Amino acid sequence: MHKGTIAKKLFYAFVTIMIVLVFNYILFRVLPGDPLAMMMRNPKATPEMIEGIKHFYGLDQPWHIQFFTYFKNMFAGDFGTSFVFKAPVIQVVAGRILPTVLLVGLAEIIAILVGIVIGVLAAWKRGTRLDVGTLGFSLITYSVPTFWLGMIMIVIFCVGLHLFPTSGMFTPGKSFISTGAMLHDLVKHMVLPVLTMSLVLIGEYALTMRNTLIDVLSEDYITTARAKGFRERYVLTKHALPNAMLPMITIIAINFGFIVAGAIQVETIFSWPGLGRLMYEALSARDYPLLQGIFLLVTVCVIVANVLADITYAYIDPRVKN
Amino acid sequence: MALLEVKHLKTYFDTLKGQYKAVDDVNFDLEYGEALGLVGESGCGKTTCALSIARLLPKEGKIYGGKILLEGTDMVQLSDDQIREKRWKDVSIVFQGAMNALNPVMKVGDQIAEAIMLHEKIKKEDALRRTERLFELVEMPADRIRNYPHEFSGGMKQRAMIAMALACNPKIIIGDEPTTALDVMVQAQILNLLEKLRRELNMGLILITHDLSILGETCDKIAVMYAGKIVEIGMVEDIFERTAHPYTKRLISCFPNISKDKVIPAGIEGIPQNMLEPQPGCSFYPRCHLATDLCKTEVPTSIEVGKKHFSACHRASEVLNGR
Ligand SMILES: Nc1ncnc2c1ncn2[C@@H]1O[C@H](COP(=O)(O)OP(=O)(O)OP(=O)(O)O)[C@@H](O)[C@H]1O
Ligand SMILES: [Mg+2]
Repeated sequence: MHKGTIAKKLFYAFVTIMIVLVFNYILFRVLPGDPLAMMMRNPKATPEMIEGIKHFYGLDQPWHIQFFTYFKNMFAGDFGTSFVFKAPVIQVVAGRILPTVLLVGLAEIIAILVGIVIGVLAAWKRGTRLDVGTLGFSLITYSVPTFWLGMIMIVIFCVGLHLFPTSGMFTPGKSFISTGAMLHDLVKHMVLPVLTMSLVLIGEYALTMRNTLIDVLSEDYITTARAKGFRERYVLTKHALPNAMLPMITIIAINFGFIVAGAIQVETIFSWPGLGRLMYEALSARDYPLLQGIFLLVTVCVIVANVLADITYAYIDPRVKN
Repeated sequence: MALLEVKHLKTYFDTLKGQYKAVDDVNFDLEYGEALGLVGESGCGKTTCALSIARLLPKEGKIYGGKILLEGTDMVQLSDDQIREKRWKDVSIVFQGAMNALNPVMKVGDQIAEAIMLHEKIKKEDALRRTERLFELVEMPADRIRNYPHEFSGGMKQRAMIAMALACNPKIIIGDEPTTALDVMVQAQILNLLEKLRRELNMGLILITHDLSILGETCDKIAVMYAGKIVEIGMVEDIFERTAHPYTKRLISCFPNISKDKVIPAGIEGIPQNMLEPQPGCSFYPRCHLATDLCKTEVPTSIEVGKKHFSACHRASEVLNGR
């Protein structure tokens, strides 16, 4: 891809983020239940306290000044102070990124690999029992509600078999004698949430892979490749797969964009201390500055992932290059 | 020995709805350097015929009988490995709708070199150098081998396909409607190119089309196909001037004659018979203006109406005499 094209894509991404910022500003000001209303419900709040709070959040300023201050703060990396945690939003959010990336990242990688393999096998052996079986599996995991699957996992593996702990990242209050022991504890806690998450994702990847590959396999250039005398396996890996991977890349990229937000249900069920659960907490407590910060992070991730997808796409599809 | 002899070829498709007799007892042969035109309405089994020769049928399709002798070797009896070796080396096919016959994410030259490397076990640079020569042969600049298919026009893609078909010096090239999507000028260029190359390289050429008018100048022989059977076969002049089958007659009257006044081509009323439930008798019978009771009950056999000129019609001699 030309440097110019990349620059253009980055520029569009920047514009999109700007629009999201404006939208965020408006959204969190029209939502019901602003911090003042919450304070005012407190019967002990004196008018001075309310004035103080108004001043602290800049709510006594005219709207255009507020708007300007909002943008200035955003660029300075100041996303406000969380109502609940009484700490800067950026600090609260930062502490939750790693657990989420660990959980969702791992689940995504597993789901992508397994999903692609299942999809390819199903398409290749189309109409056989293998195809029907994997198709059924994919459809079920794709449509099962995440929270339900999570609860079933807990019932089977924690309550029934006592194999894994039900919640958290580490056993609370435990001090570890070595890094190895700590990792062991972490892995034990991770198995179920990662498994639940991957199962939910595998179906989507497998179905998409199967369908695009079946389409590709009926293309004329596949018949040409066979007519040239190549073996089925070569036709599949050299001619069909590179074409079938194109739509997969888009889906993978979009899903990666949602990594930070995608785990609300799983994180809540397994009390995983990540961003998804933080979002759930912020929402229940109407912690708007925190929500706003998370929203922004999520949108930026999605936009960045899309730009990356575009660039990758151009790298492997010659038709997009120029 | 003839280059290719197809004898009593029967290719059927087994579907949930029943068995389609897409190719039903087809006979023809082809000499070195000879061009055969295979013509007929959509769905009459032309592509199935071509695919049978290279044994490239989809999995519903199966050869139920007959022989396909290529230089005496029966393609029907070969194992999968043996047939893979024959493909492209002995028989190459330029597919119908060749607009999509090139892989969009692979350089055109690589797609050609790939076939050469498979069959001749030579190094990539040598294969690419051969590819450049092939491009010159089909009148394209050699450096275009490094382009992707989307950088070519329709006519150029078709030339590239022909270059690809020539890559392993095949004995037979089958062109399945190689020019259908192209404008008349480019169509003529491509046909001339094929015509020239098959003479120079002494290859057999089978040209499949549903447009009888383009075969006159390109081919030596014409086979007219109807509902899975070859109803008439003969040298080009015989087919055009001593037509011996009512269906061929209708096909000829179908193409517009620019030298005459504007006439709307007659068309052929009726639809080809349902291959799932073939009736007894001649398959063209319901659409034939010469049909008699005999045609209704008895399948006509192919009879020789002139030198190397066959027609499968009970009333062939009357058609020949101008009815
Ligand atoms: N994969 C398949 N499964 C079932 N039936 C098929 C299949 N492919 C072709 N047929 C049937 O076989 C018959 C002949 O098809 P074929 O493609 O050979 O026709 P054609 O003469 O090449 O037509 P066209 O001019 O439209 O390309 C048709 O009736 C078609 O419905
Ligand atoms: Mg066809």
